[in-house]
This record gives sequence, C-alpha cells and structure tokens, in this order.
Amino acid sequence: MFQIFTDFASWLIYDLMGLSAETKLGDALHFFVEDVSKIFVLLVVMIYLIALMRASMNVEKVRDFLAGRNRSISYLLASGFGAITPFCSCSSIPVFLGFTSAGIPVGITMAFLLTSPLINEVAVLLLLSLLGWKFTLMYIVVGMLVGILGGLFLDSIRAERWLQSFAAKALENGRNGQGDSVDMANQTITFKERHNFAKSEALEIFGRVWKWVIIGVGLGAALHGFVPDGWIEQHLGAGQWWSVPAAVLVGIPLYSNATGVIPVMESLITNGLPIGTALAFCMSTVAASFPEFILLKQVMQWRLLAILFALLLVSFTLIGWIFNSLLFLL
Amino acid sequence: MKSFKVLGTGCAKCKSTVQLIKDSASELGIEVDIEKIEDPIQIMNYGVMSTPAVVLNDTVVHKRGIPSKEQVQNWLQK
Repeated sequence: MFQIFTDFASWLIYDLMGLSAETKLGDALHFFVEDVSKIFVLLVVMIYLIALMRASMNVEKVRDFLAGRNRSISYLLASGFGAITPFCSCSSIPVFLGFTSAGIPVGITMAFLLTSPLINEVAVLLLLSLLGWKFTLMYIVVGMLVGILGGLFLDSIRAERWLQSFAAKALENGRNGQGDSVDMANQTITFKERHNFAKSEALEIFGRVWKWVIIGVGLGAALHGFVPDGWIEQHLGAGQWWSVPAAVLVGIPLYSNATGVIPVMESLITNGLPIGTALAFCMSTVAASFPEFILLKQVMQWRLLAILFALLLVSFTLIGWIFNSLLFLL
Repeated sequence: MKSFKVLGTGCAKCKSTVQLIKDSASELGIEVDIEKIEDPIQIMNYGVMSTPAVVLNDTVVHKRGIPSKEQVQNWLQK
C-alpha cells in the first residue's frame, strides 16, 4: 500500500536528480522523500477521517460521563478517553479544573491528562506506517497503563493534599454536588458541521506538525545515511543498563510532540537501538515538557509537581528496561 | 459598547481569536472592548474547559477553538 511512496522517492532522487542509491547522500535523501511524502499524505487524509468520526467527542462529555462514577472502572475509562478525545495541550489547565470542580478525583483526572499526550491519532498513524501494528498495539497498551497506574498511584498517596488551595476547594465543592455543569455538551451536530470540524482539524494539525515531520525525518535520514551500521547497537545497546534512564533524562526537558519524535525513533530502531530505550525516549519527550510543568504550577504545589516528575521518570525507565529485557527473551 | 473576553491560557489559538475579533470589529467600524483572560480561576468560574472560549457581555458564546469569521461578525452585529 505504501509502495507508491517508495516509487515516488526513487523516481525523484535516482531518476530525476541522478543520484545513486549506493551513495550515502542518495540513500539518505531517498529515505527522507519517501517518509515525508508518506507521512504528509497519511496525516491529512487520516486526520480528516478520524475527526469526522469524533467530531461530537469533547472534554465536557467526558467530564459528565466520569463524574460520580465507580472509581475502579473510571481509571480505565479516563485513560481510554484521554487517548481519543481531542483537546489542545494549552487546555490542560482548564480541563484539569473542569474535571476537579465536577468532583472527579485527582487520580482519575491525571489518568486522562497523562494518557492524552502519549496517545493520539497522529502518533498511532505514524507508528502504524513506520513501525507496524505490533509495535503500535504495544505502544497503546503501555501508554494507557502509564495513565492508569500513574493515576492510581496519585490517588493512593492522596495527591489532592498538594493542590493549590483554590483547586482543592473546587474539588471539595464538586464532591458535595455544588459543582456547576454548564451544558453545551449535548448538542447534536449535522454532517456539515462534522465536515467543517474535520476540515479545520486536518488543516490545523497539519499546519502545526509539518515542520516537526521535516525535522524528525531529517534527523532520521541523517542517522540512516551517516551513522555507521552497528554503532548505536554497540554503544547504546540493551547491554548498557544506563542507556534507558539516560534517554529518559534527555527526553523529558526536550519537548516534541509525537509527530516529530516518531520518525527519529524509527531510524534509531532500524539502526539497532533497542526498542525499550527508543520507547522510553519517545514517551518522555512527548509526555512532559518544562513549559507544561510551569503551567501545572498554577494548580499544583511544588511537592506534587516533583512527585509527578519522578513518577514519569520512574515509569518510563521501567518501561524501557522491561521492553529491552523482553527483547532478549524473544 | 460590546465587551468581549477571550478565555485561554495563552496559546497561539487564543491570540488569533483576539486578533480575529479586533480585525472584524475595525472592518465593520464597531468599537469593542476586548480583554484576554489567562487566569485559570476566572476561566474555571465561567465553566469553560476547552479554550479558546469567547465571552460576550458575560455570557459564554463559544468554546473549543478559533471561531469562524461569520460567527464573530454575528456577535458584533447582534
């Protein structure tokens, strides 16, 4: 199905530009053109189709659905909704407060917010097209587990103690049923509205991520063409236990969305980086960034922020190690 | 005079929304008062979770994303 992009790249680089597939430059450029054209077409088409289906999903509905529900199932639901509900990352704080003031426990809100950046349609599409369905499925399961277990953990240490006072008060009010629920959520929408939503989503997301794709694939192409075979495996292979925490530590302050980092991950993996290390790196760049932590400071005290940071660090490191050791077993 | 508030924590979409209202108002020659609200407490008090949202004379008229130009013109001429 993706052969057409390989053919297009061959035609452009080998036939039109006359570069040889044997040269490093030719090889790297071919890789670049093939991946970029494939990703661009997939993104626009698939984001449109997915947005068409989920135009009626929104955070308000999720909140109303989760409010007052049984705890144990809520974690699974919150994490699942986090994966499929669209919202701009700059809405994290209002979403957090909206959930909180509806009386939803902090752990469940965080299950939603942690899963959301890790799993989204762009990430899933890229993983499917670059690394295959097995890896994609693994990624989704692990991403949801991070959200669910992270949320459960925060709940077990009673994280709500360390909210900023106004947020804690909103939570208290919400629990006592004084929370407001302004309802604009239950409007039904027409097909034309769906189409408009999907069109603007496709254009908006594409406009935001295309440069990440270029940068990501460019880095990937450079690695692909210029890093000697076996170098990565030798120096950062699964034998080096420290490479996983190192990857996470490098990844957390680095901010990228999934779109930029997945192409890099693909070429790291094909160049011999163990899957666990790659996964740990990818998740840590996507899940957390310093600007986001600074924003969260508005609703959480430092203590809770530090716990959250440690939680991410530990869980991504564990994921890395587990997947690297599974690799030995396979 | 109509008073608009744009609620959002400061991302690019919120800025474009403010700009869109300003531009449409000056195109139509209508004088408006625009305020950008970044304070999470105030945003919460409006019951808004999906930003940017638009508040016209203290009623939330729009949330989740940049409004369309027609919508903005509607609010201005209402």
